[in-house]
Amino acid sequence: MSLLSVEQLSKEFGGVRAVADLQFSIPAGKVFSIIGPNGAGKTTLLNLLTGVYTPSLGRIHFADRDLTGQPPHVFAASGIGRTFQNLQVFFNMTALENVMVGRYLRESCSLTAALLRFPGLGRSEAATRAECEELLRFVGLGQYVQAESDAMPYGALKRLEIARALATKPRLLLLDEPAAGLNPTETLEVDHLISRLAASGITVVLVEHNMRLVMGVSDHILVLDYGRQLAEGTADEVRRNPRVIEAYLGSDTAAAAAQGGD
Amino acid sequence: MFGRLAASRFGGLAVLAAIVLVLPLALVNNYYYEVAILVGLNAIVCVGLNLLIGYAGQISLGHAGFFGLGAYGSAILTARYGWPPFAAMAAATLGVALLAWIVGRPILRLRGHYLAMATLGMGIIISIVIVTEDRLTGGPDGMAVPPLTLFGLALAGERLWYWIVGAGLLVAVWLALNLVDSPHGRALRALHGSEIGAEVTGIDSARHKVRVFVISAIYAALAGSLTAHYAGFITPGKVTFFHSIELVTMVVFGGMASTFGAVVGAAVLTMLPQALTLFKEYEMVVFGAVMMLTMIFMPKGLVPTLASRFAAGRP
Repeated sequence: MSLLSVEQLSKEFGGVRAVADLQFSIPAGKVFSIIGPNGAGKTTLLNLLTGVYTPSLGRIHFADRDLTGQPPHVFAASGIGRTFQNLQVFFNMTALENVMVGRYLRESCSLTAALLRFPGLGRSEAATRAECEELLRFVGLGQYVQAESDAMPYGALKRLEIARALATKPRLLLLDEPAAGLNPTETLEVDHLISRLAASGITVVLVEHNMRLVMGVSDHILVLDYGRQLAEGTADEVRRNPRVIEAYLGSDTAAAAAQGGD
Repeated sequence: MFGRLAASRFGGLAVLAAIVLVLPLALVNNYYYEVAILVGLNAIVCVGLNLLIGYAGQISLGHAGFFGLGAYGSAILTARYGWPPFAAMAAATLGVALLAWIVGRPILRLRGHYLAMATLGMGIIISIVIVTEDRLTGGPDGMAVPPLTLFGLALAGERLWYWIVGAGLLVAVWLALNLVDSPHGRALRALHGSEIGAEVTGIDSARHKVRVFVISAIYAALAGSLTAHYAGFITPGKVTFFHSIELVTMVVFGGMASTFGAVVGAAVLTMLPQALTLFKEYEMVVFGAVMMLTMIFMPKGLVPTLASRFAAGRP
């Protein structure tokens, strides 16, 4: 069963087709990776799948709903969460508050209730706080609960964004290069985290350059090149695909690389 | 001790209430009362404006316009049409809220300089309308405003108004503190931190921006209306671009994203020109210098800077 599907998805920026004619579907409960050389359109695709960009052409269906042309907060409300390659942390808030923002969608608090501080609000705030502390511990940031986010190390901020996205209770979580800039230990932790997310029933879309990570955790891989769909399949299928090798290494070395494995 | 008190949820409010209660002991004559009332009225506007600028990170250079519309709305409805003052105040505030909602929807799509220019333009248009519609507003000469009445009794006198404005300020601060410390307040601060981050986290940025713009306009309009009834006379002087700049300077100087900072900023920068009456012509220069020095030496503003100093100094 597919959770998200796109048809003929295209995005042009002033005549440049960053993403062209994509057609694929993401099955529920799997880890789906999107790879490709720099400039292949991976981040553009994520921006399309979260409503940050409106497609020039094509449609996006999520859980039997057509989300094409909706603003990002509607994508989020439908159950799509994401992180960013270049961090979009709320640096004016603590780590815990960052995650609590993610609960906004799932809380019902009217403006009047907030302004007049209705009695129920204190209780629901305490519950939100407890849940979000739990989420921080889940992503391995237990020691940063009270930390100001602008004082946290880079690797922790990457996971803070994951915790914030999880707070929205997503069915689909899009991770844009979660391991970029991380050391091998931190990368391993991200690896484990992704496996745990998938095990908890969240469908994960992973955009990543670290091939060891991608090949290890992915159930399904989509390869992009110049905004087009180059290949699609399991890790093994993609690894052996000569077009993929050519795109990554160039045609001269493709034959040699195909013999040498990854 | 003060720092820790001010940091807790109601500690700051309690300190402010205590100051409002004790202050009359230091107010030796009516002039001091007048200054204190002026501080309170400006502080109400700044607390609202700080929700917009300090918390949500959206600039407005036109809030004197909302202040003026609140004042003139009240004045015109009572003086020209014989409305009861409280009804006029409510109607003027509601009208300003509606205007802010209508204007806010398109202009809050703009960011940074463009938003500043759009709000600036809005403020100037309001100012021009008030000056030129002289049959209604008295034009540049201003107009007299009937006093506030309650059960047929006119509310007049500095001492009484001190308590009215003091209570108004406490309510204004209480509401602002509640809003900030709620899911809605977090949404506003998230917008300030990263608009795109907030959007993909499920926050409808357009809706929240318009809402906080309307709330801040209501604060300004109510303060404007109170000012008109208190002073008994209003002129377009309070609706000028310069007054908008004064208000923004108070917020920035006192401390962005600090409700008490807004109150302190309003207090200091309302009293400063009173102390410098000899240099009346240089008032704009003084405000400009305060703005520049704040941005250079304490970009977070007075209260947050002091608070972090206290926090760092404590063992």
